[in-house]
Amino acid sequence: MPAPDMLPRVAQPSGEAKVVSIGLADRISNWSWPTLSWLSAFLIVTPVAFLATSIISPSTEVWRQQWDTRLPGELANTIILLIGVSVGSLVLGCSLAWLTSAYRFPGSKLFGWLLIAPLAMPTYVLGFVTLSVLGFTGPIQGWWRAQFGAEAWFPDIRSMGGAIVVFTMVLYPYVYLLARAALRDQAGGAYSVARSLGAGPVEAARRVVLPQLRPAIAAGTAIVMMETLTDFATVQYFDVNTISVGVFRIWRHTFDRDAASEFATLVLAFALVVIGLERVLRGRARFGEAGGKAAGIMPRALHGGRAAAATIACTSALAVGFFLPTAQLIVWAIQRAGSDNATPVTERFWEFLQNSLLLAGVTATVCVVVAVVVANAARFGNRSTSLATRLTSVGYAVPGPVVAMGVVLALAAINEALGSVGLGLPGVVATGSFIALVYAYSVRFVAPAISSVESGLAQIPMEMTASARSLGLRPARIVARIHLPLAKTSLLTGAVLVIVDSVKELPIVLLLRPFGLDTLSVWTYNLATESRFEQAALPALAIVAVTLIPVALLSRQLADSSVQTDLSDSVSK
Amino acid sequence: MSAPLDLALEVSGAVKRYGDTSAIANVDLALSGNDILALVGPSGCGKTTLLRSIAGLHRLDEGFINIGGKTVDDSRRFLAPERRNVGLVFQDSMLFPHLSVAANVAFGIRNHDRSEVKRQVAEALEVVELHNHHTRFPHELSGGERQRAALARALAPRPSLMLLDEPFASLDANLRIQLRRHVVGALKATNTPAVFVTHDQGEAMATGDQIAVMRRGRIEQLDIPYGVFHQPVNRFVASFMGQAAFLAISNAANGPSTALGPIETQYPNSSVAMLRPDDVVFIPDEHGSAIVQHTEFRGLTWWCTVELAHGEQVLSTRSHIDPVPVGTQGRVELTPGHRQVPIANEQ
Repeated sequence: MPAPDMLPRVAQPSGEAKVVSIGLADRISNWSWPTLSWLSAFLIVTPVAFLATSIISPSTEVWRQQWDTRLPGELANTIILLIGVSVGSLVLGCSLAWLTSAYRFPGSKLFGWLLIAPLAMPTYVLGFVTLSVLGFTGPIQGWWRAQFGAEAWFPDIRSMGGAIVVFTMVLYPYVYLLARAALRDQAGGAYSVARSLGAGPVEAARRVVLPQLRPAIAAGTAIVMMETLTDFATVQYFDVNTISVGVFRIWRHTFDRDAASEFATLVLAFALVVIGLERVLRGRARFGEAGGKAAGIMPRALHGGRAAAATIACTSALAVGFFLPTAQLIVWAIQRAGSDNATPVTERFWEFLQNSLLLAGVTATVCVVVAVVVANAARFGNRSTSLATRLTSVGYAVPGPVVAMGVVLALAAINEALGSVGLGLPGVVATGSFIALVYAYSVRFVAPAISSVESGLAQIPMEMTASARSLGLRPARIVARIHLPLAKTSLLTGAVLVIVDSVKELPIVLLLRPFGLDTLSVWTYNLATESRFEQAALPALAIVAVTLIPVALLSRQLADSSVQTDLSDSVSK
Repeated sequence: MSAPLDLALEVSGAVKRYGDTSAIANVDLALSGNDILALVGPSGCGKTTLLRSIAGLHRLDEGFINIGGKTVDDSRRFLAPERRNVGLVFQDSMLFPHLSVAANVAFGIRNHDRSEVKRQVAEALEVVELHNHHTRFPHELSGGERQRAALARALAPRPSLMLLDEPFASLDANLRIQLRRHVVGALKATNTPAVFVTHDQGEAMATGDQIAVMRRGRIEQLDIPYGVFHQPVNRFVASFMGQAAFLAISNAANGPSTALGPIETQYPNSSVAMLRPDDVVFIPDEHGSAIVQHTEFRGLTWWCTVELAHGEQVLSTRSHIDPVPVGTQGRVELTPGHRQVPIANEQ
């Protein structure tokens, strides 16, 4: 809010103070909504803009050196990884969505919502569990060698292939979720019509369902690629050096802000390509655009071997992506709790948990406040505010390393600007501080908060807001008395989403964390990098536990909607 | 800008564009005393846009709006909706679902004296006959009660103008008639002028002291209900307000006339005669040149479509006790005391 003395002075004849004060408040509210939303957009976009412009004056030396050494390999790795993971997630996600929507087999209803459980498993956690269990020193390979001799062939887990499988098993739910929703809301009617016109199930799926799913699949795959691009912990475990690893390496080894930022622009370029691809694949269709709500596909019962195969397929995906690693973590955590070298770790556990929750809590608060401002501004402001809202959401499409380096640049610039008027910030603020972390997290995670507050607000008709206004209430009061009470669930949902993302987040905190501020994710990462997998179990479990909250909420939603479909089915019969 | 103080609402030269199309194009209207103005027209004619402009939900591109003699929208100033002192009632009650009926009604009352607020709430609920519903929540009310509560909420701050946007559209036919008596009664009892948007001509005539018929963003006719129905300015207004037949006027030696006889017309060229169904009497006569083409039972009356000798058609009502079968021959005459209304032949 602006300082009161920035406002135009209004002559205040005595006795009319009340009237004047209403006029003043009015003047503020007339420009404050667009202003606040543009301010939010500005703060969110600034780091990305700083980063993007850093490429204008490239330090050729750094580039040449990188180009001669690691860069070509990193580029190739990034491309192969992205393609591998997106193809894997696409195939797995779509197949599972089709299987659970079009067929009935033992457990199909349960799998319908349970199959998103791997969303609760951070990639870096599944990564280290996989390595420790299936890696060369792990129990499986040990047993294998004991059975078939020391030279017996076993696939190399610590490889590109291993990384692709791990990413796929954790990220396929994004494709699965969107494909399933599209199948339920859009494709069902068309599928039935195609079948009634004489097309077999496969032909109907190929000619009618797939084209309709395309926007959803494109959107899901884009999210998968973004998540893959932002990671640099998991890939490090698997010895797959991507450009995100490159940014991390340069920054952590040299603290050369400019070099690391320039390198991060490469990551940004990849992100832009992903967005572009999504647009092209989506074509002119819009995700979630339906020609009216159609009935879902009527599931067909599978019997015998085919039913068993379907159940086994779903069970395996779930087991690999969630239940087996979780079970392993629990076993390790229990084993460690009893052993001697568990004690120091357990003591610090609370400190790390506290750091994680504090960081997540502050970020969530910032994000929800920003979300409330921009979402309401879209209702009270002029047309420009909707552009500001969209700009404010841009951070979610920007990979973590890009956001982190952008924030470093932005804070350095602010520091310089303040320094020139003799007001220097304490040095640590610019490079690694709590503030920088919260700023970067907010840039990256404000989008889910905005979309959930927006969807909550969308439930409140424009006419209700108009009624409240015509009853004489200023917008700020309407927000407080009508919008917030009615949208409080969505505010809470937004906060939970941000908290979960923050607790899971690794790349940004690794790049920006102040010395000594370790979070659960950093701790997990450090222990895992040192191959102390069993000790990493406890913090990893804590992260999984937190992340399970929204996944469970989402599952319940999915389960509810399937119940509703069943009800409407039985009514229509 | 000063306006005559007795005008409750004055709109002049109002234009509102969306891209290339004008949702309202040069609208003028005025409302005085505690009159109710009904805005009717086909969907997309701009009536809701006009209502929203008056409420301040968006700004005009041209023209000005005065409410109670105060300029609320012109090229220089734009008063936010919360400062216009207008009441708004929509098709769906838009009651705040988390507040009780009493809290909803109290919402707009600016008064620090608790007991005074309570008294005003009770008064407003009394006007709409909801005095036993203070503590109910919106979801516990019926559709009609919700609309009455919404009206009470809008009336409670004593607005200088009430704006109603299709307030009965979501209710069934019988409830609508009941409720519109309620609403008109409450508006008159509180001496509140109102603008009332509807797409239902019957409702407009039953409710409005004045009716504005809109088409393509313009007001085609602003008149009392009798005027828009029986003296429409053009063919569009005539057929929009109710069923009518149109007969060509020919200029014979003894003056202009139609198939039903001579007519006085102020329009020298291109005019037609409008005949409402009750203007025409059909008299069965086996030598007559008119033939009943179609009959429709309307409850109180039969409506007959009658084809005249040269192919023109007219509508004619008959008592429910006096039906005629299709194919009956006869002649048509003007109902005694009625006359043919000449109107501009413009679609």
